[in-house]
Amino acid sequence: MTNAAVHMEGQLHAPAHGAVATGAVHASGQQHPIKLYLVVWGWLFVLSTCSYLVDYFGLHGYLRWSLILLFMMLKAGLIVAVFMHMAWERLALAYAILLPPIAVLVFVSIMVLESEYTHFLRVLFFATPS
Amino acid sequence: MAETVLTNPGHSTARLEGWRGIAADWASDQRAFKNVSWGKAMMWIFLLSDTFIFSCFLLSYMTARMSTTVPWPNPSEVFALNIAGNHIPLILIAIMTFVLISSSGTMAMAVNFGYRRDRVRTAALMLATAAFGATFVGMQAFEWTKLIMEGVRPWGNPWGAPQFGASFFMITGFHGTHVTIGVIFLIAIARKVLRGDFDVERRGFFTSRKGYYEIVEIMGLYWHFVDLVWVFIFAFFYLW
Repeated sequence: MTNAAVHMEGQLHAPAHGAVATGAVHASGQQHPIKLYLVVWGWLFVLSTCSYLVDYFGLHGYLRWSLILLFMMLKAGLIVAVFMHMAWERLALAYAILLPPIAVLVFVSIMVLESEYTHFLRVLFFATPS
Repeated sequence: MAETVLTNPGHSTARLEGWRGIAADWASDQRAFKNVSWGKAMMWIFLLSDTFIFSCFLLSYMTARMSTTVPWPNPSEVFALNIAGNHIPLILIAIMTFVLISSSGTMAMAVNFGYRRDRVRTAALMLATAAFGATFVGMQAFEWTKLIMEGVRPWGNPWGAPQFGASFFMITGFHGTHVTIGVIFLIAIARKVLRGDFDVERRGFFTSRKGYYEIVEIMGLYWHFVDLVWVFIFAFFYLW
């Protein structure tokens, strides 16, 4: 395989959008239509506005928390998948990067238990007796 | 196989997809990340480690907030501003969020024009990104000044749980530092793009290596990550 062949293959990258790649530009690496970025950009604005409105309208309780998490995950997903091009990377890289943060969720659950225990002890021993 | 091109290797003709692809890539000789250059792979791995750093900050904030018996200050009120006589909750943070998202959009397009070898547009969009980033840091400096004037310290504040200040300065301080480093990084790469370093394959001052337009994408990964972290800080610290 020669260098030229490797570079030819580079142009064929991005299976989802390979069809719309213009022939005029000698593209290599991640090459996607500008329109895709503009659409994602617009969605990020919409989702940010939504999460701000959650606070503006003063929603409370589980509705507030679930909406915050929903908009957060959607925004994070769009940024990682499209802006950071993870959607077009090979799975070997995607899983190597995206799976380890799940360990953080284990850490979160440990610390939730721990802080509830600390809170319980503080209420038991330090709260002003009624 | 004459010479391995490490900068922009494409797909091999017969490369497996799906789970078999993962197993084949990881079990293969020399490199697990087949069509990704070492620079991009290392940036991803650095970002993964940075993810853990910010996760630990947010986790310690969560632990402090969950375990305290003192009420947590209401961020909606703390970060409210009076604009033209109207009291608008959290407005400064909302504007900062929009500024950072705008910078992510210009960065994504800079990467696109970089791969089209459009020097001027790439550099202009990167400088626009840097300007948005600098605006963000400026607003953060304003926010810090306002809170410090109101009496917020790492060990206490007028409204409630004393850990509020420590969490706030630690989390936003680290994020602001990341943005600042990103702005410097952006300006440095934009200068190289504008000078045409990646067209003539001029060698770098420190590394003596040839540069390629891929560095714009690697730079972009860092910048989008900074935006990504802000998404989580916005959700957990300001909105929760």
